[in-house]
Amino acid sequence: MEAAAAEPGNLAGVRHVILVLSGKGGVGKSTISTELALALRHAGKKVGILDVDLCGPSIPRMLRAQGRAVHQCGSGWVPVFVDQEQSISLMSVGFLLENPDQAVVWRGPKKNALIKQFVSDVAWGQLDYLVVDTPPGTSDEHMAAVDALRPYSPLGALLVTTPQAVSVGDVRRELTFCRKTGLRVIGIVENMSGFVCPHCTECTNVFSRGGGEELARHAGVPFLGSVPLDPDLTRSLEEGRDFIQEFPESPAFPVLSAIAQKILNETSAQLS
Amino acid sequence: MEEVPHDCPGTGSDQAGQGAACQGCPNQRLCASGVGAAPDPAVEEIKEKMKTVKHKILVLSGKGGVGKSTFSAHLAHALAEDENTQVALLDIDICGPSIPKIMGLEGEQVHQSGSGWSPVFLEDNLGVMSVGFLLSSPDDAVIWRGPKKNGMIKQFLRDVDWGEVDYLIVDTPPGTSDEHLSAVQYLAAAHIDGAVVITTPQEVSLQDVRKEINFCHKVKVPVIGVVENMSGFICPKCKKESQIFPPTTGGAEVMCQDLKIPLLGKVPLDPHIGKSCDEGRSFLIDAPDSPATLAYRSIIQRIQEFCRLHQPKEENLISP
Repeated sequence: MEAAAAEPGNLAGVRHVILVLSGKGGVGKSTISTELALALRHAGKKVGILDVDLCGPSIPRMLRAQGRAVHQCGSGWVPVFVDQEQSISLMSVGFLLENPDQAVVWRGPKKNALIKQFVSDVAWGQLDYLVVDTPPGTSDEHMAAVDALRPYSPLGALLVTTPQAVSVGDVRRELTFCRKTGLRVIGIVENMSGFVCPHCTECTNVFSRGGGEELARHAGVPFLGSVPLDPDLTRSLEEGRDFIQEFPESPAFPVLSAIAQKILNETSAQLS
Repeated sequence: MEEVPHDCPGTGSDQAGQGAACQGCPNQRLCASGVGAAPDPAVEEIKEKMKTVKHKILVLSGKGGVGKSTFSAHLAHALAEDENTQVALLDIDICGPSIPKIMGLEGEQVHQSGSGWSPVFLEDNLGVMSVGFLLSSPDDAVIWRGPKKNGMIKQFLRDVDWGEVDYLIVDTPPGTSDEHLSAVQYLAAAHIDGAVVITTPQEVSLQDVRKEINFCHKVKVPVIGVVENMSGFICPKCKKESQIFPPTTGGAEVMCQDLKIPLLGKVPLDPHIGKSCDEGRSFLIDAPDSPATLAYRSIIQRIQEFCRLHQPKEENLISP
């Protein structure tokens, strides 16, 4: 699908850009991106989500937007609105696939080209926040996203890890990536932090414990909290439901809210 | 940075530089000259190198964090328990190399000799290679674009002196990109036995894993089967089961039925697995009676069976 010629400043109406990164796969980047967007919406903000995971685009399903079509306008592609109020818009390679099981088997240069287009050729309009969800690693997608977003001075990056050392080991490298590319680290989120058995309420540290907080301390960056494992959260994401609205009693809710609140506090303190 | 045309036929295709989409591409003249179509000499070199490797197994997943490295490591451990079986474990996750830690080999360095790079040996019959061994600090980031990653993978396949190997296990990063294409292309002439595809039960994983299976079909790598990891959790206190990652669309079982691919087995979530991996030990030895260990062993037996039934051609076997 061809997009219209790049318009200068398709991000001109976006107030704050936040990247969600991890060196490690499967720690919950897309989950945190989605929940952050939902929480910011509940705070009355307009949010865009840019999903630059081209091989494994998870966000459309998490917001019940699978199979939606992308339309064009004068300034380029129109992002998909996931709700009637048009408070959350989304762009993902998932929308460009003819068949959801189709594999995007591209090497770096082709991935870079699409990510550049996602940043410059999508008519994001007026947004309070653009949340950029990424695949794991420190490679083409990450460099392309950071390069394309640099002119818009991103607020920074949220780094997601799980507690265990194998995850922390990769996220340390991601911290180095942030340092080398001049990307500020807003903080570290530790996901999958313990599971409370629904039958007997015993909490088990399924993926070990403590790694996220220790990493934050070691790296001198804020620790934003530990999100426990909650099958209600997983299920919400599977079914594209609004977890923030439907499960305020969940043990995962407080930290997810706190992350959004931190972003809101930081950005309200800034001059727009 | 160059713009890549949307319908680029591929630099190696016979339409390279000649298709309608090529008009205006900065590489058009180069492609039309036929340079891109010349086969990489490394493919033949790797084919030669791989003559001493009997079985090659890729461990893949479209999804991150489902347990590829965990599985690769334990497949290697289990196969190497027979001291007469030579096992090689190659980690081609260049950005997030987990294998050194999981195998308890963090901090080890790779040595060069006349015959190439020497893998790091955990046991006499278990050699390991990873970019992790080439990094001097745990904070070092490998911030490389595709072509540089491909170069590293080529070196791993061509320049590592594996010796005579019964099983080469290749652990991969999530996705269907440079690393996966390179591994398949460089091993193209050397016969890959097949791929083991790892997933977790929920649809968010399965939707990526279906893409990976399509990738395997596209590049003609046989799928040995699927392993469903993190399949249920038994509370250590009350012993009741919970589904932490609920199989909202039927889990791997339904996916495998739909795609007519074997489900090799389901491995429950055992908190000791993560602990063993963090501490660089074999979970199979740490917790021999765990249901997860039993599941792993059964899956590994099925993989061995597959390899036995699909022996490489005579010409590729090691001559006595």
